[in-house]
Amino acid sequence: MTEEQNNTTLVVFSGDLDKAIASFIIATGAAAMGGKVTMFFTFWGLNILRKENYTSSKKKDFMEKMFGKMMPKGPSKLGISKMNMGGMGSKMMKKVMEKKNISTLPELMEMAKELDVNIVACTMSMDVLGIGKDELIDGIDYGGVAAYLGDAYEAKVNLFI
Amino acid sequence: MKADLTVDAKGLSCPMPLVRAKKGMDQLNSGDVLELISTDPGSKNDFKAWVQTAGHELIDIYEADGVYTIYVKKK
Repeated sequence: MTEEQNNTTLVVFSGDLDKAIASFIIATGAAAMGGKVTMFFTFWGLNILRKENYTSSKKKDFMEKMFGKMMPKGPSKLGISKMNMGGMGSKMMKKVMEKKNISTLPELMEMAKELDVNIVACTMSMDVLGIGKDELIDGIDYGGVAAYLGDAYEAKVNLFI
Repeated sequence: MKADLTVDAKGLSCPMPLVRAKKGMDQLNSGDVLELISTDPGSKNDFKAWVQTAGHELIDIYEADGVYTIYVKKK
């Protein structure tokens, strides 16, 4: 058997719960297949990485404060991309998934960490949305487009979600 | 069949059986046999792909009453 690497990269642009779950299922699955996995979080995807009930100590201007308040903080606060109905859809989806014994998003994220999935937050998007490093979960990397592309060139699977 | 380690993933959904299998495999030495038990209907194809990609050897797959038992030899 040749030592060929099956690396995977994912760009997680969306901050929707369903898309985040799909992203982490693919990421943990890819890690289980044996390759290196990089998840690059940009724009709304950054909300998945936000700490719950945490207010940043970063000094923010008016727009940044608005973004900070209006965007969901962390995996438990996300809505689903269809039929969210002001959060009711998200609650129902979580209930159905629990009943069917499907891992929750926080569980999948924990699993991704255990499997050494490389999580990178896009610094440009952080700047746009006024998100400070202290607002995001620990143990992640920070980078830009080159950091993502560098990994993507060496990967066979590149997804934009 | 004699297995060096059994991973019971009954009741778990995708991707957990795969993740458990990978973690089990990490504990084994080359040539050891891993026994996987799963009730996820996607398991059969999932494990076939996993074994192929990871380079292990698929020894056998049994299916009975929706329970898949899979034997894999570590590369």
